Amino acid sequence: MDLVLFYLFAAIAVGASIGVIGQRYPMYSVLLLIGSFIGLSGLYVLLDSPFTAVTQIIVYAGAIMVLFLFVVMLLNAPREEGPVIDPRRPAVFSTGPRRAGGLLGLAFLAEMIWALWRVQSSPIDADAEVAAHVSSVREIGIQLFTQHAFAFEVTSVLILVAMVGAVVLAKRNL
Amino acid sequence: MMPTLNHFLILSAILFSIGTAGVFLRRNLITILLSIEIMLNAVNLTFVAVGRSIGSVDGQIIVFFVMCVAAAEAAVGLAIVIALFRHRESLSPDAFTSLKW
Repeated sequence: MDLVLFYLFAAIAVGASIGVIGQRYPMYSVLLLIGSFIGLSGLYVLLDSPFTAVTQIIVYAGAIMVLFLFVVMLLNAPREEGPVIDPRRPAVFSTGPRRAGGLLGLAFLAEMIWALWRVQSSPIDADAEVAAHVSSVREIGIQLFTQHAFAFEVTSVLILVAMVGAVVLAKRNL
Repeated sequence: MMPTLNHFLILSAILFSIGTAGVFLRRNLITILLSIEIMLNAVNLTFVAVGRSIGSVDGQIIVFFVMCVAAAEAAVGLAIVIALFRHRESLSPDAFTSLKW
Protein backbone atom coordinates (compact mmCIF):
# COMPACT_ATOMS: atom_id res chain seq x y z
CA MET A 1 0.00 0.00 0.00
CA ASP A 2 2.76 2.41 1.00
CA LEU A 3 4.69 1.46 -2.09
CA VAL A 4 1.70 2.26 -4.31
CA LEU A 5 1.35 5.65 -2.62
CA PHE A 6 5.09 6.22 -3.01
CA TYR A 7 4.94 5.61 -6.75
CA LEU A 8 1.83 7.79 -7.05
CA PHE A 9 3.41 10.77 -5.28
CA ALA A 10 6.75 10.20 -7.01
CA ALA A 11 4.99 10.23 -10.40
CA ILE A 12 3.22 13.48 -9.48
CA ALA A 13 6.49 15.10 -8.34
CA VAL A 14 8.57 13.95 -11.31
CA GLY A 15 5.85 14.61 -13.90
CA ALA A 16 5.15 18.09 -12.61
CA SER A 17 8.89 18.88 -12.43
CA ILE A 18 9.40 17.78 -16.02
CA GLY A 19 6.43 19.96 -16.90
CA VAL A 20 8.11 22.92 -15.17
CA ILE A 21 11.21 22.76 -17.35
CA GLY A 22 9.25 21.76 -20.46
CA GLN A 23 7.02 24.82 -20.43
CA ARG A 24 7.69 27.95 -22.44
CA TYR A 25 5.26 29.96 -20.33
CA PRO A 26 6.60 30.85 -16.85
CA MET A 27 3.03 31.11 -15.57
CA TYR A 28 2.36 27.41 -16.18
CA SER A 29 5.81 26.53 -14.85
CA VAL A 30 5.02 28.13 -11.50
CA LEU A 31 1.64 26.41 -11.26
CA LEU A 32 3.17 23.02 -12.15
CA LEU A 33 5.85 23.50 -9.53
CA ILE A 34 3.09 23.83 -6.93
CA GLY A 35 1.84 20.42 -8.13
CA SER A 36 5.35 19.05 -7.66
CA PHE A 37 5.40 20.41 -4.11
CA ILE A 38 2.10 18.68 -3.35
CA GLY A 39 3.61 15.36 -4.50
CA LEU A 40 6.69 15.93 -2.33
CA SER A 41 4.47 16.82 0.60
CA GLY A 42 2.73 13.45 0.25
CA LEU A 43 6.14 11.77 0.29
CA TYR A 44 7.01 13.57 3.53
CA VAL A 45 3.82 12.20 5.08
CA LEU A 46 4.91 8.71 3.97
CA LEU A 47 8.21 9.39 5.77
CA ASP A 48 6.38 10.15 9.04
CA SER A 49 7.27 13.85 8.81
CA PRO A 50 3.95 15.70 8.99
CA PHE A 51 5.61 18.92 10.17
CA THR A 52 7.79 19.11 7.07
CA ALA A 53 4.83 18.20 4.85
CA VAL A 54 2.73 21.05 6.24
CA THR A 55 5.64 23.50 6.10
CA GLN A 56 6.23 22.50 2.49
CA ILE A 57 2.68 23.46 1.57
CA ILE A 58 2.44 26.60 3.70
CA VAL A 59 5.90 28.07 3.12
CA TYR A 60 6.75 26.82 -0.37
CA ALA A 61 3.43 26.59 -2.14
CA GLY A 62 1.82 29.33 -0.08
CA ALA A 63 4.52 31.97 0.20
CA ILE A 64 7.47 31.42 -2.15
CA MET A 65 5.38 30.40 -5.16
CA VAL A 66 3.04 33.36 -4.63
CA LEU A 67 6.13 35.58 -4.77
CA PHE A 68 7.10 33.94 -8.08
CA LEU A 69 3.58 34.29 -9.48
CA PHE A 70 3.54 37.92 -8.41
CA VAL A 71 6.78 38.63 -10.28
CA VAL A 72 5.66 36.70 -13.39
CA MET A 73 2.47 38.76 -13.53
CA LEU A 74 4.27 42.01 -12.67
CA LEU A 75 6.84 41.65 -15.45
CA ASN A 76 4.17 40.67 -17.96
CA ALA A 77 6.59 38.47 -19.92
CA PRO A 78 4.28 35.61 -20.82
CA ARG A 79 6.51 33.76 -23.25
CA GLU A 80 10.12 32.73 -23.39
CA GLU A 81 11.98 34.55 -26.14
CA GLY A 82 14.00 32.91 -28.86
CA PRO A 83 17.77 33.26 -28.96
CA VAL A 84 18.95 36.87 -29.04
CA ILE A 85 20.81 37.51 -32.29
CA ASP A 86 23.26 40.30 -31.60
CA PRO A 87 26.78 40.20 -33.08
CA ARG A 88 28.14 42.51 -30.40
CA ARG A 89 26.98 40.27 -27.59
CA PRO A 90 27.65 36.60 -28.35
CA ALA A 91 24.89 34.38 -27.00
CA VAL A 92 26.20 32.32 -24.09
CA PHE A 93 23.09 30.16 -24.09
CA SER A 94 23.23 29.17 -27.75
CA THR A 95 22.19 25.71 -28.89
CA GLY A 96 25.60 24.02 -28.54
CA PRO A 97 26.21 24.78 -24.85
CA ARG A 98 22.59 24.04 -24.02
CA ARG A 99 22.81 20.64 -25.65
CA ALA A 100 26.04 19.94 -23.78
CA GLY A 101 24.33 21.03 -20.56
CA GLY A 102 21.40 18.72 -21.17
CA LEU A 103 23.79 15.83 -21.82
CA LEU A 104 25.65 16.65 -18.60
CA GLY A 105 22.35 16.54 -16.73
CA LEU A 106 21.58 13.12 -18.19
CA ALA A 107 25.08 11.86 -17.37
CA PHE A 108 24.66 13.10 -13.82
CA LEU A 109 21.35 11.26 -13.49
CA ALA A 110 22.81 8.02 -14.86
CA GLU A 111 25.78 8.27 -12.52
CA MET A 112 23.64 8.93 -9.44
CA ILE A 113 21.27 6.07 -10.18
CA TRP A 114 24.15 3.71 -10.92
CA ALA A 115 25.82 4.64 -7.62
CA LEU A 116 22.62 4.33 -5.61
CA TRP A 117 21.73 1.03 -7.24
CA ARG A 118 24.88 -0.55 -5.84
CA VAL A 119 24.21 0.58 -2.28
CA GLN A 120 22.60 -2.02 -0.07
CA SER A 121 18.94 -1.07 0.13
CA SER A 122 17.92 -0.67 3.75
CA PRO A 123 14.20 -0.78 4.50
CA ILE A 124 12.89 2.19 6.43
CA ASP A 125 12.57 1.39 10.10
CA ALA A 126 8.93 0.45 10.71
CA ASP A 127 9.28 0.50 14.49
CA ALA A 128 6.29 2.43 15.91
CA GLU A 129 8.37 4.08 18.62
CA VAL A 130 10.90 5.47 16.13
CA ALA A 131 8.06 6.67 13.89
CA ALA A 132 6.42 8.47 16.81
CA HIS A 133 9.76 10.09 17.75
CA VAL A 134 10.43 11.30 14.21
CA SER A 135 6.91 12.57 13.55
CA SER A 136 6.63 14.47 16.85
CA VAL A 137 6.44 18.24 16.31
CA ARG A 138 7.24 18.64 20.01
CA GLU A 139 10.56 16.85 19.50
CA ILE A 140 11.39 19.09 16.53
CA GLY A 141 10.57 22.19 18.57
CA ILE A 142 12.75 21.09 21.48
CA GLN A 143 15.68 20.32 19.19
CA LEU A 144 15.22 23.55 17.23
CA PHE A 145 15.17 25.83 20.25
CA THR A 146 17.89 24.11 22.29
CA GLN A 147 20.51 22.48 20.13
CA HIS A 148 19.97 24.63 17.05
CA ALA A 149 18.95 27.88 18.76
CA PHE A 150 21.91 29.84 17.39
CA ALA A 151 21.24 28.73 13.80
CA PHE A 152 17.59 29.63 14.29
CA GLU A 153 18.50 33.18 15.35
CA VAL A 154 20.95 33.54 12.48
CA THR A 155 18.11 32.55 10.14
CA SER A 156 16.07 35.52 11.31
CA VAL A 157 19.00 37.84 10.55
CA LEU A 158 19.31 36.21 7.10
CA ILE A 159 15.64 36.80 6.36
CA LEU A 160 15.95 40.42 7.51
CA VAL A 161 18.99 41.00 5.29
CA ALA A 162 17.22 39.37 2.34
CA MET A 163 14.19 41.56 2.89
CA VAL A 164 16.23 44.77 2.97
CA GLY A 165 18.27 43.58 -0.02
CA ALA A 166 15.16 42.81 -2.05
CA VAL A 167 13.70 46.25 -1.37
CA VAL A 168 16.97 47.99 -2.24
CA LEU A 169 17.44 46.00 -5.46
CA ALA A 170 13.90 46.40 -6.72
CA LYS A 171 13.60 50.07 -5.87
CA ARG A 172 13.32 52.13 -9.03
CA ASN A 173 15.59 55.04 -8.22
CA LEU A 174 18.13 54.90 -5.44
CA MET B 1 5.47 -3.47 1.36
CA MET B 2 7.32 -0.36 2.44
CA PRO B 3 9.46 1.75 0.09
CA THR B 4 13.12 1.48 1.04
CA LEU B 5 15.56 4.30 1.57
CA ASN B 6 16.95 3.76 -1.92
CA HIS B 7 13.55 4.47 -3.47
CA PHE B 8 13.63 7.93 -1.95
CA LEU B 9 17.29 8.55 -2.79
CA ILE B 10 16.80 7.60 -6.44
CA LEU B 11 13.68 9.76 -6.69
CA SER B 12 15.71 12.60 -5.20
CA ALA B 13 18.48 12.04 -7.77
CA ILE B 14 15.90 12.15 -10.58
CA LEU B 15 14.40 15.40 -9.28
CA PHE B 16 17.85 16.95 -8.86
CA SER B 17 18.77 16.02 -12.44
CA ILE B 18 15.53 17.55 -13.71
CA GLY B 19 16.47 20.75 -11.89
CA THR B 20 20.00 20.69 -13.32
CA ALA B 21 18.69 20.13 -16.83
CA GLY B 22 16.24 23.00 -16.32
CA VAL B 23 19.03 25.40 -15.39
CA PHE B 24 20.96 24.39 -18.52
CA LEU B 25 18.10 24.17 -20.99
CA ARG B 26 15.73 27.03 -20.26
CA ARG B 27 16.29 30.50 -21.59
CA ASN B 28 14.25 32.35 -19.02
CA LEU B 29 15.50 33.74 -15.71
CA ILE B 30 12.30 32.90 -13.82
CA THR B 31 12.29 29.28 -15.00
CA ILE B 32 15.97 29.01 -14.02
CA LEU B 33 15.07 30.15 -10.49
CA LEU B 34 12.24 27.61 -10.45
CA SER B 35 14.71 24.87 -11.45
CA ILE B 36 16.88 25.86 -8.50
CA GLU B 37 13.83 25.41 -6.27
CA ILE B 38 13.38 21.90 -7.71
CA MET B 39 17.00 21.08 -6.83
CA LEU B 40 16.55 22.41 -3.28
CA ASN B 41 13.46 20.26 -2.90
CA ALA B 42 15.30 17.17 -4.11
CA VAL B 43 17.92 17.75 -1.42
CA ASN B 44 15.19 18.30 1.18
CA LEU B 45 13.73 14.91 0.28
CA THR B 46 17.13 13.30 0.83
CA PHE B 47 17.48 14.93 4.23
CA VAL B 48 14.03 13.82 5.40
CA ALA B 49 14.44 10.27 4.06
CA VAL B 50 17.86 9.74 5.64
CA GLY B 51 16.74 11.37 8.88
CA ARG B 52 13.74 9.04 8.98
CA SER B 53 15.85 5.99 8.30
CA ILE B 54 18.27 6.73 11.15
CA GLY B 55 15.37 7.70 13.43
CA SER B 56 16.35 11.31 14.03
CA VAL B 57 14.54 14.65 13.64
CA ASP B 58 17.73 16.44 12.57
CA GLY B 59 16.88 15.92 8.90
CA GLN B 60 13.62 17.80 9.31
CA ILE B 61 15.37 20.61 11.17
CA ILE B 62 17.87 21.06 8.33
CA VAL B 63 14.94 21.11 5.90
CA PHE B 64 13.46 23.91 7.97
CA PHE B 65 16.66 25.94 7.54
CA VAL B 66 16.87 25.10 3.84
CA MET B 67 13.36 26.46 3.40
CA CYS B 68 14.37 29.72 5.11
CA VAL B 69 17.39 30.05 2.83
CA ALA B 70 15.20 29.25 -0.19
CA ALA B 71 12.78 32.00 0.81
CA ALA B 72 15.62 34.51 1.15
CA GLU B 73 17.13 33.36 -2.14
CA ALA B 74 13.81 33.67 -3.97
CA ALA B 75 13.22 37.17 -2.61
CA VAL B 76 16.67 38.47 -3.57
CA GLY B 77 16.74 36.57 -6.88
CA LEU B 78 13.36 37.91 -7.97
CA ALA B 79 14.36 41.44 -6.95
CA ILE B 80 17.45 41.10 -9.19
CA VAL B 81 15.24 39.78 -12.00
CA ILE B 82 12.95 42.80 -11.67
CA ALA B 83 15.91 45.20 -11.67
CA LEU B 84 17.42 43.51 -14.76
CA PHE B 85 14.08 43.50 -16.56
CA ARG B 86 13.81 47.27 -16.04
CA HIS B 87 17.13 47.79 -17.81
CA ARG B 88 16.73 45.41 -20.74
CA GLU B 89 13.01 44.64 -21.11
CA SER B 90 13.99 40.98 -21.42
CA LEU B 91 14.19 37.87 -19.27
CA SER B 92 16.63 35.99 -21.47
CA PRO B 93 20.08 35.38 -19.93
CA ASP B 94 21.57 36.27 -23.31
CA ALA B 95 20.51 39.87 -22.73
CA PHE B 96 22.69 40.16 -19.64
CA THR B 97 26.11 39.12 -20.91
CA SER B 98 27.75 42.47 -20.23
CA LEU B 99 28.58 43.42 -16.66
CA LYS B 100 28.28 47.17 -17.27
CA TRP B 101 26.24 49.29 -19.64
